[in-house]
Amino acid sequence: MDSFLLQVTAGLANGGIYAAVGLALVMIHQATHHINFAQGEMATFSTFIAWAMIQAGVPYWVAFVATMVVSFVAGLLIQRIFLKPVEKAPILTNVIVFVGLLVIFNAFAGWIFEHTIKSFPSPFPVEGMFLPQYFSGHQIGSITVTLVVLLSVFCFFRFTPLGLAMRAAAFNPESARLVGIRVSWMLALGWGMAALIGAVAGMMIAPVVFLDPNMMAGILLYGFAAALLGGIDNPWGAVVGGVILGVLENILGAYVIGSDLKLTMALILIVTILIFRPYGLFGKPIFSRV
Amino acid sequence: MSATSKKIIFILSAIALLLLPFLLEDFRVFQVNLVLIYAIAILGLNILTGYGGQISLGHGAFYAVGAYTSAILISQLGMSSYLTIPIAGVVCLVMGVLMGFPALRLAGHYLALATFALAIATPQLLKYKAIEHWTGGVQGIVLEKPTPPFKLVLFGNDLSEDRWLYFVILAIALSLFWMAHNLLSGRVGRAIMAIRDQPTAAAALGVNLTIVKTATFGLSAAYTGVAGALSALAVAYIAPDSFPAFLSISLLVGVVVGGLGSISGAIFGALFIQFVPNVADEISKSAPWAVYGAMLLALAYAAPNGVMGILKTIRKRKQV
Amino acid sequence: MKLLDVTNLNAWYGPNQVLFDLNFELHVGGITTILGANGAGKTTTLRAVCQAVHTTGSMTFLDKRIDGKATEDIVRVGIAHVPDGRGTFTALTVEENLKLGAYTRKDRREVEADLERMYARFPRLKERYRQQAGTLSGGEQQMLAISRALMLRPRLLLLDEPSFGLAPLIVKEIFEIMRQINQEDQVSMLLVEQNASLALNLADHAYLLETGKIVLSGPSADIKADESIRRVYLGY
Repeated sequence: MDSFLLQVTAGLANGGIYAAVGLALVMIHQATHHINFAQGEMATFSTFIAWAMIQAGVPYWVAFVATMVVSFVAGLLIQRIFLKPVEKAPILTNVIVFVGLLVIFNAFAGWIFEHTIKSFPSPFPVEGMFLPQYFSGHQIGSITVTLVVLLSVFCFFRFTPLGLAMRAAAFNPESARLVGIRVSWMLALGWGMAALIGAVAGMMIAPVVFLDPNMMAGILLYGFAAALLGGIDNPWGAVVGGVILGVLENILGAYVIGSDLKLTMALILIVTILIFRPYGLFGKPIFSRV
Repeated sequence: MSATSKKIIFILSAIALLLLPFLLEDFRVFQVNLVLIYAIAILGLNILTGYGGQISLGHGAFYAVGAYTSAILISQLGMSSYLTIPIAGVVCLVMGVLMGFPALRLAGHYLALATFALAIATPQLLKYKAIEHWTGGVQGIVLEKPTPPFKLVLFGNDLSEDRWLYFVILAIALSLFWMAHNLLSGRVGRAIMAIRDQPTAAAALGVNLTIVKTATFGLSAAYTGVAGALSALAVAYIAPDSFPAFLSISLLVGVVVGGLGSISGAIFGALFIQFVPNVADEISKSAPWAVYGAMLLALAYAAPNGVMGILKTIRKRKQV
Repeated sequence: MKLLDVTNLNAWYGPNQVLFDLNFELHVGGITTILGANGAGKTTTLRAVCQAVHTTGSMTFLDKRIDGKATEDIVRVGIAHVPDGRGTFTALTVEENLKLGAYTRKDRREVEADLERMYARFPRLKERYRQQAGTLSGGEQQMLAISRALMLRPRLLLLDEPSFGLAPLIVKEIFEIMRQINQEDQVSMLLVEQNASLALNLADHAYLLETGKIVLSGPSADIKADESIRRVYLGY
């Protein structure tokens, strides 16, 4: 029973990480109605930047915040420079651009930071502040951080005029312009915020899985699954989805399939969700009168 | 261009194609073989994505299944190499049709996402210990290239295994291209494209969406599966890591480079994905993929209709 | 001072020219209507004012040039557009739609007051303020679209076929409300309509558009009275 609980709690902790990645994806989808395939690589690159700062002697939390800022600006610029030209192009062209970005970020990470595995520090105490027999300090810390990010994202979209404007711009850019919303900038902001969230996710994951250019590939998939499971437009859903996935992954991995098929499991989950509940567990289908 | 000049060009090209392998070293012939194989795979993907409008970022999986089908049949059952090719095609056809069903419910990003998940999961699935007995696990399967059935020497080069394979692959490629051309320029092609552009209208006109869409998936998978099987013969070695997610991405790149909905474009796409990573390597030893990615972006902005799109534009300008 | 002065307006959809050398003007406080058959270019004219299509020619709003500005900036000058098809944010709630109408305004308290006034004028919207806008009936969506535009406190309201797809009783109601808005809130209007008789009853001035050119213009009373014009051009 004890080992089962340990699997569950480890799953909760992992789930927090998937949730954070899922949040970044939800953020971009809310703002642009696109799914950013390059999200994982961008997050990895941000984490490398943080690593470089820490190596250079910058204190952890300063590097943390600085990385968030740099990532935000970078995300914004990437939308302005690379995505604006294809805003009106068909989906496939956008997918090509995302894939191109994915490849470039991955390559640059490898080029600048090399492929040796690096360790990334955790700012949290080793012993868990809460239920230490089940949770390490880092796990509690990262879950907390994820929840803070979640709350911020949710409140932003629900309660702020800017959040409302971003959602409007994504749903109906024509009408959004007619009320004075600068649609292009809304998209850029969405990207900036998603990059910021992705950076946070990366910095929370790196201490656990160690930092290398391919760190995020599998996690990205789980992040997608989490976002889908919760409903691609729902930040709360991404978190719940992430937690469910984290726990499922660990339980299935320990007792059913073994840890070799984690990615396959993610695949099957994604396809199943998309087929049977395309709006996720909590998403709302959108009604429009014909 | 008169009919006679067209005929002359046709005959000259045919002769060139037949003599080509003897004018190149073995290694170059090997590369040409890969180009032809990729062209078939890219054509397969184009049928689904270019004509059918269904985005697939997971065609590497069909390529892998085709390759492994062939390899397993040869190494475990001692089957003739040539026989495994159509069998691989059929296996992938079935797999493609089966995948076509869930794909009915998905579109755009979601389909791209689901197929991308397939691409990422494929190497892991191939390494799965439970089926190691068949797949050879992480080490993969080693094969022998089929031996040429007769001897021939031209321009000082003998009919090596690679050169013989060239003719086999060329014959298969030409038949598959011809088949695709006939299929897609006729009723079937129009039905597929109608579904891509206006599914509701197509259905109203009596096109059975389910059958056409799943059949398109199946056909597309079959083509790519055949390419995979041929690659097993050409490379004579397959392993799970021969089919990473990047392969699926490369195939899609090939489709875009060649031009969506273009059959002849597949050759340009294949040339791109075979040789550009090498060129990128020359430009920057440390980050060839970055250059590759940059080229992808350049394509998306400057040539969204691929090489064939550019050629069409040039031809139009000349007419005016 | 003229509210809107349009000179030598040409407009294109891609390579196709749709409007040819339009000249018209609107006066403060008036209601002007543009009539014409399907495809005459009426919707394009409204889009041209909002700079949502490529145009040449000059447009001046309250003595300031607006041609060449982006749509988002024209809104800020005081022009609100109720597009054809209503343009509601169907996935958002009624209240969110209304709040978005006031997006460019900085006077929070006044915005709240305006919101209450909209609810007072359209009680049905108040009932449904938390519903997804897409679930509203056609007439309710039209009311929502107009209210959203009014939340801007515009000087000029552009309306594209407000009667489209609505039952006659609802249309009557909406046109009556439009008259009230014009008189009570002093909002000038440029109305594009296929239903000529409705439009002529509401507007004080009319332009008739045929394949992108203005073929007739004058006070709506005169046009209404002239039987031959009505029969030939307006079909009644």
